[in-house]
Amino acid sequence: MNALILKDAVIRYDRLTAVDGVSLELRRGETLGLVGESGCGKSSVARAIVGLQPLAAGTLTIEGETLQDAPARRRTDLQRRIQLLFQDPAASLSPRMTVRSLLAEPLKIQKSHSPEAWTRIVALAESIGLGQQLLSRYPHQLSGGQARRVALVRALAAEPSIIVADEPTAGLDISIQGELLNLLRTLRGRLGLSYLLISHNLNVVGRVTDRVAVMYLGQIVESGPTADLFRNSAHPYTRALLSANLTLDAGRRRERIVLSGELPSPSNPPSGCRFHKRCPLAQPRCTREIPVLQGRPGERSFACHFPLRSEPAPAPQAIAG
Amino acid sequence: MTALVDLSRRPGGTFALFAVTLLCLVAIAAPLIAPYGPNAIAPASRLMDPSLQHWLGTDQLGRDILSRLIFGARVALGISLSVIAISLTAGVALGVGAALSPRAVDLVIVGIFDIVTSFPSIILALALVAVFGPGLGNVVLLVSIVFIPHFGRVARAQTIAIRNSPFIEAEKVLGAETWRVILHHVTPNIIGPIFVLACMDIPVVITIEAGLSFLGLGVRPPLASWGNLLNDGYTYLDQSPWLATFSGLSLMLATLGFALLGEALRDTLDPKLRKNL
Repeated sequence: MNALILKDAVIRYDRLTAVDGVSLELRRGETLGLVGESGCGKSSVARAIVGLQPLAAGTLTIEGETLQDAPARRRTDLQRRIQLLFQDPAASLSPRMTVRSLLAEPLKIQKSHSPEAWTRIVALAESIGLGQQLLSRYPHQLSGGQARRVALVRALAAEPSIIVADEPTAGLDISIQGELLNLLRTLRGRLGLSYLLISHNLNVVGRVTDRVAVMYLGQIVESGPTADLFRNSAHPYTRALLSANLTLDAGRRRERIVLSGELPSPSNPPSGCRFHKRCPLAQPRCTREIPVLQGRPGERSFACHFPLRSEPAPAPQAIAG
Repeated sequence: MTALVDLSRRPGGTFALFAVTLLCLVAIAAPLIAPYGPNAIAPASRLMDPSLQHWLGTDQLGRDILSRLIFGARVALGISLSVIAISLTAGVALGVGAALSPRAVDLVIVGIFDIVTSFPSIILALALVAVFGPGLGNVVLLVSIVFIPHFGRVARAQTIAIRNSPFIEAEKVLGAETWRVILHHVTPNIIGPIFVLACMDIPVVITIEAGLSFLGLGVRPPLASWGNLLNDGYTYLDQSPWLATFSGLSLMLATLGFALLGEALRDTLDPKLRKNL
């Protein structure tokens, strides 16, 4: 069962197409990573999923209900099931509200304010280390870690089933990163959440995600189960991305693939394969033909004419049949 | 209460609080504390210097200057506060509305603001009063129109600055309705500079009212307004300087008080500048 399906999403800013035909499936209870370099459109995808950015084309299905087909009122309810953890959590807290009113905000918005609901939220806050004495503070009086947890509790108070986390570990040192990721993992099991994790930190993505999708210039170039994709990446871009990642494990250290050139402008994408101008393996065919994403959606799939792996891994059922 | 304590510890805050409180008390309690009636004429004691009977002297009709100043505080505060209240409310509503509306609506509202502001405020107020007629109610309403763009422009600029900030977007993600975002998240975050502006506009309103009164288009004599008193004092400046001096001092006290209050208020309203006391 899928918690969320994004199908053929197109996002435009005026004439610039930032996201061009992206499809994602987020299964219930899993963590899906979305990686790619800055400007590839991953944040636009996140904003579209939480309803901050309209889709120019494509559909968003939440818990089996397609948003575009739902009546307006139902749409708001569905959209509330997805909450966003902002890149800068401190800035996502209204500066003139105390932590108490910030945490009560989701209840008031959903008109479900009751002493019981409030007790639940306070208990949740305490369980992740936000004591009662913080309730009367203002956001600027919180430490970075506290602001992050307040933003998290506020998001959870809306009772979402899906959390979109935009660079949740940005600006955190390693020990706090680990703490936060463990906390997110614990909460996932306890509250039955699914996560979409947007990041360019491959160490984090490799550690906590079940599946991962790689974006390049507004499109998904490769996706699959994290461990498999990290071990046997098929797309040269994925390979380059992984090779740029620092690792201390000498056995896993690979030859560094350095990409030449800059990320092309999405307003004028290259012909054929969007990656061909920077690809070390590009052939004449790549400049003409657009590679389609092959493979089963949700399993391993990639968009490349000359993949580093000959076959997309067949699903186990296919072998049995 | 803590806000008041905080206010009084800021530079000028104590003086501002003192001046504004004094003005308000005097205005409210005018009939109780004024030694004479504001319009009690005594032709025998015209243009007298300050004495024990008349602490601040008398004017050209023998009226007690102190009493007229005390009643004048009522007129000044009453008119300026009503004008500010009306123009602030309308200005903030229009400004925030413009910033959050589609571009066409925004353009129309900004255009109207520009037209109104392109006239010098006193001239526009004059023209409006000349068309619609003098009198207290008209003066308040028409001067309010002149001041709406002041607040509207600041409100619009402030709203534009914060309308795409993460904390507004967070509210949208939570599913908040637009009115809720405006009332609970936009307004509290833009109102600081607007209060400051309001405090600084109060003396300007008092001056405009004085100008209108001088031309017979505002508060009409014999009603004591500081504007009328200043103008009377100006006429008789060579015979007795007291009326002009004291009405000028009253105006100065009000101006300084409200301006300093505005600044202290701005610091207090911004939690980032609030010291932990």
